[in-house]
Amino acid sequence: MAVQVKVPTILRSHTGGSKSVEASGDTLDAVLKDVDSRNAGLRGRLVDDEGKLHRFVNIYVDDEDVRFNGSLDAPVGENSTVTILPAVAGG
Amino acid sequence: MLSLSRDFHDKIVEHARRDHPDEACGVIAGRDGKPERFIEMINAARSPTFYEFDSTDLLNLYKDMDARDEEPVVIYHSHTATEAYPSRTDISYASEPEAHYVLVSTREDQPDPSTPEFRSYRIVGGVVTEEPVEIS
Repeated sequence: MAVQVKVPTILRSHTGGSKSVEASGDTLDAVLKDVDSRNAGLRGRLVDDEGKLHRFVNIYVDDEDVRFNGSLDAPVGENSTVTILPAVAGG
Repeated sequence: MLSLSRDFHDKIVEHARRDHPDEACGVIAGRDGKPERFIEMINAARSPTFYEFDSTDLLNLYKDMDARDEEPVVIYHSHTATEAYPSRTDISYASEPEAHYVLVSTREDQPDPSTPEFRSYRIVGGVVTEEPVEIS
């Protein structure tokens, strides 16, 4: 039983090149802290100094964008998949 | 260098013209750096100065590419009032170091509006490097 966290290309330097890592936690915040304990620096690429998610990144729990579901407080199930994707945007 | 078929080039230009004055955006997915599958995206911002893939569309796009073992080889968008050069916002958002970032300009005051400015860049760690575009 583990949460699968899918990591985009640009952040794989923090996971030794892995596309996916396992973690545990019942909220997105807990999952990201758990991932960060083994993949140092990853959380800092997603969360700013004020503890909010960067707007350059989209995070989904089981296909739902966490912006609409509590952001870092979004609930995560035992077998959930957390997908991290950089936003594709610009001016 | 970006090597692109005439067909893909024309599709990007046609999409940019159709959505003008709003910015148009999309992807050409492929394998081994070869552009193969043209995917027009909706600009969720519907704006003449900003573009953004809708978050659900973005997730579906990446799932689809993952299932096909593809990457985003080209990420294109249009500038509708300025030249085809990455803006500061483009640079701050760019996060696919392997992608060719293609910009096409549909601004009216360019030298030859019938052949719109069409340029390609690598954007890695905030550094923009223009590259030649070969249309075949």
